[in-house]
Amino acid sequence: MFQTIKELVDIANSRKLPISEVMIQTEMETTGKIRKDILDKMSGQLEVMEKAVERGIREDIKSRSGMSGGDARLLRNYLEQGNTLSGSVLLDAVSKAMATNEVNAAMGTICATPTAGSAGVVPGVLFGLKSKLKPSRDQMVAFLFTAGAFGFVVANNASISGAAGGCQAEVGSATGMAAAAAVEMAGGTPEQSAHAMAIALGNMLGLICDPVAGLVEAPCVKRNAIGASSAVVAADMALAGIKSIIPCDEVIEAMYRVGRMMPAALRETALGGLADTKTGRALKKRIFGSDVQQPSMIKER
Amino acid sequence: MKYRSVFDIIGPVMVGPSSSHTAGAAKIGRMARKLLGTAPVRAKITLYGSFAETYRGHGTDVAIVAGLLDFDESNTSLPDSLSIAKQKGMDIEFFIDKETPMEQPNAARIFLSSGDNELELVGVSIGGGKIEITEVNGFSISLSGSNPALLVLHHDKYGAVAEVAGLIAKYEMNISYMEVSRQDKGRLALMVIQTDEEIGEGLAAEISGLPNILNVAVLS
Repeated sequence: MFQTIKELVDIANSRKLPISEVMIQTEMETTGKIRKDILDKMSGQLEVMEKAVERGIREDIKSRSGMSGGDARLLRNYLEQGNTLSGSVLLDAVSKAMATNEVNAAMGTICATPTAGSAGVVPGVLFGLKSKLKPSRDQMVAFLFTAGAFGFVVANNASISGAAGGCQAEVGSATGMAAAAAVEMAGGTPEQSAHAMAIALGNMLGLICDPVAGLVEAPCVKRNAIGASSAVVAADMALAGIKSIIPCDEVIEAMYRVGRMMPAALRETALGGLADTKTGRALKKRIFGSDVQQPSMIKER
Repeated sequence: MKYRSVFDIIGPVMVGPSSSHTAGAAKIGRMARKLLGTAPVRAKITLYGSFAETYRGHGTDVAIVAGLLDFDESNTSLPDSLSIAKQKGMDIEFFIDKETPMEQPNAARIFLSSGDNELELVGVSIGGGKIEITEVNGFSISLSGSNPALLVLHHDKYGAVAEVAGLIAKYEMNISYMEVSRQDKGRLALMVIQTDEEIGEGLAAEISGLPNILNVAVLS
C-alpha cells in the first residue's frame, strides 16, 4: 500500500513495474478480489466513458437549464475542417472532455474521474490520444489504473471535493491524473508521470469552484476542456525531461492548504467568482426565478 | 485513509451532474431507507452547507429522494424520482438550513417514518461519491469511511451482539472496529461494525434474519 507519490514511484521502480500494475496489485491486496474481477470492472468503467464520449460528440445534447450542450460538436466540426491552431490531438482530447461533461450536465450516465464535475479530463485525454498512440484495449484499461493511483494519493492526502477544496481539487486533480497516465501510455517512466502530475496540478493551484446558478455546467465544461489540454501539454513537458521544481507530494500538500484557506464563497456554494457576476446572477434568476420544484415542498429558513 | 479502492477514484458510474451532490446524496438517502428497513411514508430532509446553497442545480433533492426509493446512483430513473415518489404517495418535506454551522460542507439530515417505524440520520458527502454517516437516531457515530461498515439497528437484548459477531466470524471476516450504543436499557440499540474485508449482501441478509435485529445497512 502506498500513501504518497514518492512511495508509489519507489514501489514501481523497485519491482520494475509500471504504476498501473502497482495499482492493480494494491487493489488485489486491499480488497481481496482476484485480478480478473478488478480488470473486468475497470474495463466496464472504460465502456461507460466511451459511451458518454460517443453520445456527447454525436447526439444533440442540451442540459435542462440550456446553459450547456452542443459545444463538443461545434469543436468537432471545426476540427474536421483541419485548420486548427492547437492541433488535432489536443483538440480531439478537448472535444471528448467537453462531450463527457455535457452528457453529465444533462443528467446522463458517466463515470466519475475523480468526480462527476471533473469527469471529462481523464477520458478526454485517453480517447484523444487514441489515434496518436494506438493503444490496445488493455493499455487503455491500464491508463485508468495509473490515473486512479495518482488520484488515490490526492484524495487521501488532500481532497477531491470542490466544496472542500475548490476546483483545483476536482479539475486540478483530474488534470494531474490524466497527465501522469498519458506519460505512462506514451512510454515514459514513473518519475516522469510524477513530474507531469506535479506540473499540471501546480498550474491549477488556487482554482476556485464557482458554478453559475449552482449548476455543474459553467464554467465546469470549459474547465474540463482546458484541463485536458493542460494534461497533454504537461505530459509532453515531462516526457521531454522537464522536472517540477517542487516534488509532486508537496504540490498535493500545497493544494490541500490552499483549499483550507479558500473562503466558502469560492467552494461550490455558487456565491462567488463567475457565479457572482452580473450575468451569472441573471442566469440564476432566469433558471430558478420561477421555482422548478414544487414550492410547497421546499422550506427555506 | 478515507478512500480505499481505485474505484473510489475511477468511479462511481453514475447519473450526473455531481458526484458529491448527486451520487453522494443518493447514497445518503438509500442508507436511510435501508436503516428504516422499508419504504418511507413520510420524509423530512434538511440540507446544510453547500447542499443548501446549490441543491437545485445539482439535483441533490432529486437524488436523496431517489435513494429513499432504493435507487442506486446509476439508476437512469434517478432524475424522475420526485414524480415517482409523488405517485407512490410519499409525503416529503425539504428544509433548507443555511444557518447551522456544519463541520463538513455537504450534509443532510433525514427523518423517515412508516407507521410507528422511525429513523433519523445525518449523512455527509465527502467527494467523489463517498459518504460518511455521523449520526443515527441521535447516536453520534464516527464512521470515517476508511473501512467497509455494517450498521445494525437492534433490540437491546442479551446475545444480539454475540450472534452478529459470530456470523461475521463464520464469513471469516475480521472486525477492525466496533461500537454499540443504546438509548435506554432494554430498548433500541445500534451496532457499528467496521471490517477489513468487503461486506457482501449474503452476510447482511443473514444478519437481518437474526432474532432481535431490526435493520441492517452496509456502507462500502
